[in-house]
Amino acid sequence: MWEYTDKVQEHFLTPQNVGEIDNPSGTGDVGSLACGDALKLTLKIDTNDIIIDAKFKTFGCASAIASSSVLTEMVKGLKVDEAAKITNEDIAQALGGLPKEKMHCSVMGREALEAAIADYRGLKLPMAEGEVVCECFGVTDLEIIRAIKESSLRSIEEITNFTKAGGGCGKCEEKLRKILIETVSGKSEISIPQIFPQKKMTSLQKIKKIEEVLEREIRPGLKKDGGDIELIDVDGDFVIVSLRGACKSCSKSQTTIKEYVEKKLRELVLASLIVEENN
Amino acid sequence: MAAANPNVIYMDNNATTRVAPEVVEAMMPFLTESYGNPSSMHTFGGLVGQSIKDARCNVASLLGAEPEEITFTSCGTESDSTAILSALRTFPEKRHIVTTRVEHPAVKNLCENLETVTGHKYRVTRLKVDAEGMLDMAEYEASLTEDTAIVSVMWANNETGVIFPVAEMAKMAKQRGILFHTDAVQAVGKIAIDLKRLDIDFLSLSGHKLHAPKGVGVLYIKRGTLFVPFMEGGHQEHGRRGGTENVASIVGLGRACELAAEKMVDENSRVKQLRDRLEGNLLEIIPKSMLNGHKTERLPNTANISFEYVEGEAILLHMNQHGICASSGSACTSGSLEPSHVLRAMGVPFTAAHGSIRFSLSVYNTVDEVDLVIAKMPAIIESLRKLSPFWKG
Repeated sequence: MWEYTDKVQEHFLTPQNVGEIDNPSGTGDVGSLACGDALKLTLKIDTNDIIIDAKFKTFGCASAIASSSVLTEMVKGLKVDEAAKITNEDIAQALGGLPKEKMHCSVMGREALEAAIADYRGLKLPMAEGEVVCECFGVTDLEIIRAIKESSLRSIEEITNFTKAGGGCGKCEEKLRKILIETVSGKSEISIPQIFPQKKMTSLQKIKKIEEVLEREIRPGLKKDGGDIELIDVDGDFVIVSLRGACKSCSKSQTTIKEYVEKKLRELVLASLIVEENN
Repeated sequence: MAAANPNVIYMDNNATTRVAPEVVEAMMPFLTESYGNPSSMHTFGGLVGQSIKDARCNVASLLGAEPEEITFTSCGTESDSTAILSALRTFPEKRHIVTTRVEHPAVKNLCENLETVTGHKYRVTRLKVDAEGMLDMAEYEASLTEDTAIVSVMWANNETGVIFPVAEMAKMAKQRGILFHTDAVQAVGKIAIDLKRLDIDFLSLSGHKLHAPKGVGVLYIKRGTLFVPFMEGGHQEHGRRGGTENVASIVGLGRACELAAEKMVDENSRVKQLRDRLEGNLLEIIPKSMLNGHKTERLPNTANISFEYVEGEAILLHMNQHGICASSGSACTSGSLEPSHVLRAMGVPFTAAHGSIRFSLSVYNTVDEVDLVIAKMPAIIESLRKLSPFWKG
């Protein structure tokens, strides 16, 4: 059961401005039946560039309907330029907040508004110009980058909650990771992986990642002390390693393995990993 | 008998059921004065042990099994994991599992993990279903190989109620020396089961689907079937499942099985009629509605109906306004972004999958409740269709 605010309930149960405006000044048509939600927004704009009427038709869940309804109320009476500044966060806020998994409903509202304004101005939709990253839900890189920036997204899971990208077959996960890393500028690449959701990996993927982390994060430190580490085997979540050189005879080798190696691997590869020393 | 909650019309019994008042009554002593440990030497504990034995007999009797073939667990999921992992440990050289595309996550996700987390040590065949949710027996037969350790096929589907021919499938597995497990969580108590005549090695059931409390399940292990425990520990359950028994719930499950046996006729006559009345009327009154799942090869209590061009969560929340409880296979209700894997496997079009509603009845439902739902649903669907950009009604 989702936790919806009273405002969401209100707009869902008694939606405002349902319908389609005849001869609209601008129409925004986003989403599809296959995606599970769709919104058709029609605007009537007067000669002073003021939105005098807005109507919607929505196929979707309670939060999609509520987002559409509240959006029509928000834009009425606004100048087109002001309406164009409305973000999905504004829509969610007007509803007293949305469950995080439902943020994409507010994004859909904003996209419909943008599409309607672009239609009115005879412009192309800027976001649709991007390259489609998530083919299941037809989400472009531009949409994803904007969502990351505007809503300070820091994980793929969050990107999915806001844009739906990655919520289908999951094949675009690597691309999303790349976009996330590139967009979150100023932060080093290393700090990002910890916030990625833990996804299942094949053994090969696991081994590759473990090797990478050992090489980049762990070996340099050990080598400074005259030691080294080698990966012996990966069996499910068990990572078997062998300490070399000075580490081998070190009385703190168990601590090194558990406190240092395991902690790093759990942080950067997979939270369920268990590191053990080869005897 | 007092109604459990007069404000609610509960038609979500495949999710969970009301604990029968008789079950609560049977459990109460074990939550109060009879708190002994069934493993103890003293009579105080010994008497508790006796009540577990009685419960075991009641469960066995409902399934047509022997009491020693019944092992109590914590839930259906534990039973499923126990059976499948036991088979893999019994035949470590066999690396193949046969299951279906429409299993409950308890089996589906376990098989997925066995396939991927183990680095593809195990191979999984997932049998297709047709538009009515039925299996292709030729595909099944062809899938069985010398490498197959176990077949795990649900007896009845939780979303559509479609019943699979597990008796015949178990026989085919047995002829090839392959173990057969069935997740019968939805079937037990709703349709007659007589395991002594069948070649089923393992069967899972869950208490809370048949009017016992949550947190208790059973794994049936056919006599003679090799078995490796999942939960090791004490000697409880003849060493097949360690851990002090959940006595009150086990006693409750025993009583629930007794009641299920008594009510089996009611379930398959009166409840079925209620279901048919609900389903028939809704399909007739509401345009662009369709049944998901085979018309007859189906549990007597389940109706899964799609209302095209509207979305399931929105329907459920409107129903909720009238106190009507049901489920949906839509993406939004699951928290994922895709609709039910069961409906997708059946090839139900997206237009319909997103708007699917599962009604699952029980012996506690009445004709008045059914008629109220029939009266409320058309307006709910109509109001949402008025909002829908795809509805050209």
